[in-house]
Amino acid sequence: MSTTLPPYEVIDQPLDTQMTISFGPQHPSTHGVLRLEMVLDGEMIVRAIPDIGYLHTGMEKLFEYKKWQQGIVITDRMDYLNPLGNNLAYVMAIEKLLGLEIPERAQVIRVMMCELQRIASHMVWLGTHALDIGAMTVFFYAFREREKIMNLIEACSGGRLTPSYFRVGGLMMDLPAGFERRVKQFTDAFPKALDEFHTLVSGNTIFQSRTKGVGYISTEDAIDWGLTGPCLRGSGVKIDVRLTNPYTGYETYDFEIPVETGCDVWARYMVRMRELRESLKIVEQALARLRPGPVKADAPKVVLPEREAMKTHMDALIHHFLIITEGFNVPAGEVYHPIEGSKGELGCYIKSDGGAKPARVHVRGPSFVNLSALPIMAEGEMVADVVAIIGSLDIVLGEIDR
Amino acid sequence: MANETERPADSEAQATAAPTPSNTVTPSPLVAALQRQNPDWVTEVIEAFGETTVIVPREHIRAACSFLKSAPGLEFNMLADLCGVDRGPEEEPRFEVNYHLFSTNKYTRARLKVLLNEDDAKVETVTTVWKTANWHERETFDMFGIIFEGHPDLRRILLPDDWEGHALRKDFPLRGYEPYSLT
Repeated sequence: MSTTLPPYEVIDQPLDTQMTISFGPQHPSTHGVLRLEMVLDGEMIVRAIPDIGYLHTGMEKLFEYKKWQQGIVITDRMDYLNPLGNNLAYVMAIEKLLGLEIPERAQVIRVMMCELQRIASHMVWLGTHALDIGAMTVFFYAFREREKIMNLIEACSGGRLTPSYFRVGGLMMDLPAGFERRVKQFTDAFPKALDEFHTLVSGNTIFQSRTKGVGYISTEDAIDWGLTGPCLRGSGVKIDVRLTNPYTGYETYDFEIPVETGCDVWARYMVRMRELRESLKIVEQALARLRPGPVKADAPKVVLPEREAMKTHMDALIHHFLIITEGFNVPAGEVYHPIEGSKGELGCYIKSDGGAKPARVHVRGPSFVNLSALPIMAEGEMVADVVAIIGSLDIVLGEIDR
Repeated sequence: MANETERPADSEAQATAAPTPSNTVTPSPLVAALQRQNPDWVTEVIEAFGETTVIVPREHIRAACSFLKSAPGLEFNMLADLCGVDRGPEEEPRFEVNYHLFSTNKYTRARLKVLLNEDDAKVETVTTVWKTANWHERETFDMFGIIFEGHPDLRRILLPDDWEGHALRKDFPLRGYEPYSLT
């Protein structure tokens, strides 16, 4: 959150047309509290400097003062459009340190819920991206679909935006009765909605001319600037953590990694739209794989016991008491666990000193890194294209500022 | 009886598994390549939880990074993450800087680590190797006060310019020194 603009080169123009304007942080198209300092030459952007930190809440500091399991609720609040992905990165890093084996059913549910969350996150992106460019109707249709997923997440975890559904060693609880039927209803209806979006947006000439050739970033630049997720795949690099470093059994699912070579806003748009269909495929496969079974690992010192067991077994009661009051210890060591969040590589670096609280938790937010490449994409474009580029990056300031 | 016959088999398996330490005998291609290029670059190799950590002396970090970026067979062309760690004010060396590398061709990952003393918390920047290091290094400077020498724009990034102290240091109190006002 720096207020001083670093020195920039003033281009010697006959008419001194350059001016600096501040864009945001209260601008609706900045998707939160992003501020840009833009040096304009007429309508052309000479420099665009992102200024972040308005939503900084010291989450990485807070982790160090909370027990391992209490950290899960903090992760919900980082990328609030993809909370289940954040949960997964955090708990999987801890499980890596603990060496826990997660039951099959819990893994399948994790995959299914994460893909549903990805669809919900992309729905917000689609609605707001189109809204920024001027297509208002899409927003309502996209949020209608997102609402269905929010209801599903609420049904299984009790929370809509902050589910904290994934716990160390498995899940908070098993899926409620009739959940499979509700997911089936959603997956049956969603392809039709997806076709609607293509009719509304993809075929729209205004949308195409606003996005094609805008916000160009070459393949080399994209890798050099550390772009991940749909932004990188829009620049023609087939990198997806689900493919390159599979976790929770993604290698056993049949899905494609969409890649576009346009390197512009339109390419990033098409990658996400095609990704929606792939996510739906994964949800359907996961649904077919659901078999009854335990959803918590067999680790009584780490995983909370069932309520019934606490009423009948003394040791279950003792374990419950100890986990709640003292927490559980995690072996000393450090891990970096990347997963594919809806916006790109979501990595969680955890260092443990063997105690009941982490020594250091660092979250590599994909939005943070993707936003750092904004100046490269925005320079030389028109000022009206900045909102299109920000929309195509799909940033969430909660994750950038942490 | 069945148990008795199974038990020796178990203990044998453990006995054979135990003496093979995790990859210290056969170092990974990364470590081998680093040592072949310059033996001074590697002070320690830690293999744990399926991840390789190489501790690099701080004066060699930029050279090691730029070697790894283009080394044939390794091609760590992306810096996935860079983060600082404070081990606590009583530890020496106090700070760590972790570089998480990723190869978009080989899909491999590795971690380089630099250890820094508190009174001389300076390390050469890697923005000349990967541009993405820019914001990561600014964040690490902001939170830990680690100076990245040669960084083009080393300003605070998340906290305001006039913030005192470095918030993620262990001796910085959770709720700050005094209530902060933006006005």
